[in-house]
Amino acid sequence: MIKLNFPFTEAAVRALKVGDEVLISGVVFTGRDAVHKYLYEGGPLPPGVSLRDGILYHCGPVMLQQADGTWQCNAAGPTTSIREEPYQGRIIRDHGVRGVIGKGGMGEGTLAACQEHGCVYLHAVGGAAQVLAACIRRVRNVYFLEQFGAPEAIWELDVVDFPAVVTMDAHGRSLHREVFQHSQAELARRL
Amino acid sequence: MTELQTALLELIRRTSAEIPDDVHRALLAAGANEQQGSIAANAMQIIDQNIALAKNKSQPICQDTGSVLFYVDCPVGYDQITFAEAAREAVRQATRKGYLRQNSVDSLTGKNDGTNVGPGAPALHFQQQRAPEVNVRLLLKGGGCENVGAQYSLPHTALGANRDLAGCRKVILDAVLQAQGKGCGPGILGVCIGGDRATGYEYSKQQLLRRLDDRNPVPELDALEQDIVQTANALGIGPMGFGGRTTLLGAKIGAVNRLPASFFVSISYMCWAYRRQGVTLNEAGGIARWLY
Repeated sequence: MIKLNFPFTEAAVRALKVGDEVLISGVVFTGRDAVHKYLYEGGPLPPGVSLRDGILYHCGPVMLQQADGTWQCNAAGPTTSIREEPYQGRIIRDHGVRGVIGKGGMGEGTLAACQEHGCVYLHAVGGAAQVLAACIRRVRNVYFLEQFGAPEAIWELDVVDFPAVVTMDAHGRSLHREVFQHSQAELARRL
Repeated sequence: MTELQTALLELIRRTSAEIPDDVHRALLAAGANEQQGSIAANAMQIIDQNIALAKNKSQPICQDTGSVLFYVDCPVGYDQITFAEAAREAVRQATRKGYLRQNSVDSLTGKNDGTNVGPGAPALHFQQQRAPEVNVRLLLKGGGCENVGAQYSLPHTALGANRDLAGCRKVILDAVLQAQGKGCGPGILGVCIGGDRATGYEYSKQQLLRRLDDRNPVPELDALEQDIVQTANALGIGPMGFGGRTTLLGAKIGAVNRLPASFFVSISYMCWAYRRQGVTLNEAGGIARWLY
């Protein structure tokens, strides 16, 4: 297990390789479909949010507001990342993102952006909403709650030892591409 | 709340927080079968921890609490309108309590009113039966796995799939290949051979109400189910698409009649977080017993 702590430097990220298992600690921001489309179209991040040397988490959590106004995270696993493929490369470039957490992997555009700008794709276990919510020690803030609704809002989270696997690195390797090619060849032999 | 509303709320809570026993057993076996220390084995360990944590905390196994799909078998004369109202109220309550995420969006405006109740939500399927009891089954099916579902029209030239069982096998395995880890495998397939485009998908989802350890009474379909699982697990896609030995936990295949001109194979993919439960109701609308 490799510890990956905020702020996530380019050197730390470029040192990672496909297959590395990491434990992430520090601030991460959630963002999914609505946020990606918004940022891609040039929408500004709200004051207080910076993705520079940061991690963007593809996640729409279950959040419950407490009597004192704070938020409690009841479930927070990754959502499918490939929907953000049209937008991700530009967002990595424009906002200096160092890591994208999600599930299912992403495509060639994102892989190229990871290599060019120094970013990695970190695969969390899909569906493991409780294990991953337990790594969220505090919900620091929420942005775009009214505009996008709770699952689509930007949630600012403090995470400790959040487990993920590097499946796309900054050296042009993608586990997803490799597993697809391997499984395609295996299937061809069995048809 | 009425007794029926309370029962349905409890059905939703348990479906969202607890994996059924048959699925849990299959997941444990799959985890033990992965190569120790591999990222696939470690993913299966996290899945197992997650199942325990969700049950203990009575919180959603997965944050995508999915489409809320009710399947109701009821006797002649049963008041379906009252049931539908009770189901909608139970969904509202379950959302307020955090058993369900605010998960239902107006398709035109993009607005999420936070209730999970709206046109088509929750989805209710009623079927009359001669037996006097009311059985309510519930599937919570997340978007990740729903998005990798597929419908093929045979013959399929690119895949060389003809209008026969061998052709069905080809397209079903293609769906597994295309899904990779995106549907949160190891997954479970519900498949319908035949029907029209709408009923094909509908029946494919109903296959997911079957127990994982049952066997298909139709010999050809039983053989196809076993073959699909065995072949899929030889492809090396593995849990989460990380590479590994278990790609599918099961495949459930049904067949309905088709038109001479149509031959659809409809495939619904269910994630490992297979949230499916059911209850038999007593006369007052409360829970008499659990079905899975």
